[in-house]
Amino acid sequence: MARMKFICDAERCIECNGCVTACKAEHDVPWGVNRRRVVTLNDGVPGERSISVACMHCSDAPCMAVCPVNCFYRTDEGVVLHDKDVCIGCGYCSYACPFGAPQFPSTGTFGLRGKMDKCTFCAGGPEANGSEAEFEKYGRNRLAEGKLPICAEMCSTKALLGGDGDVVADIFRNRVLQRGKGAEVWGWGTAYGSKQAGQPPAGVKS
Amino acid sequence: MRVALLISSVAAAFCLSACGDKPQSAGGVKGDVAPYHGVNNKYAQPGWKAGDKNSWEQALKVRTQNNQNEYARTGSR
Repeated sequence: MARMKFICDAERCIECNGCVTACKAEHDVPWGVNRRRVVTLNDGVPGERSISVACMHCSDAPCMAVCPVNCFYRTDEGVVLHDKDVCIGCGYCSYACPFGAPQFPSTGTFGLRGKMDKCTFCAGGPEANGSEAEFEKYGRNRLAEGKLPICAEMCSTKALLGGDGDVVADIFRNRVLQRGKGAEVWGWGTAYGSKQAGQPPAGVKS
Repeated sequence: MRVALLISSVAAAFCLSACGDKPQSAGGVKGDVAPYHGVNNKYAQPGWKAGDKNSWEQALKVRTQNNQNEYARTGSR
């Protein structure tokens, strides 16, 4: 069974914000809301690193644990989604999320009732797949179209990988072996609970 | 006296009627349809059969390798 996951390769991210732009365009996300954003550490200092951050669809999602109205659910593919008709916009999930994923727009399609908005792994939400209602509330459902998240597919340097966890981990592992360094996967352990994942095999320097 | 008692009883019943607790039956999270069932629009990617989970998963794996693994695309391993 596919378990969808994101990997961001800090060795490759060039802070182009292509993933941010692609996400906003694909889902018609309103002004002031970024479901995905690029964070640069030690900006301007030699050796700076950038990472693309959004909802990581955690295996044990803190947002699900704190939601007082249980508006979250996890699909069989491991994608954490929420029902905007149940969300009361309290903001607890925003405090619980280690990635700062939940957004609270105040205007536009998503914001009229103060509902939380976040990355859906391009999997839509609890409306008919590909329907107008689903697009209005959650954006495109690319998974149901047989596609993968637009941010990962549009990434020019392939720093951001998104898809079945086994496949993207294999791609990343092969990449680390080829270059012999940069095995650290930012956020992977926090999101998926494995400190081993993404680590190089014995003998490879990182 | 009886009239006053009757009036006060009716008034009390009227005033307390607002205290009744209405049943609150929140619907909960609506059911979602799994993505392998596909979409009914022109944007669906060909090459897999809607409703067939295995073909959907396989199509996504192939797509991941083709679009995100440049080592596979260039043939260098």
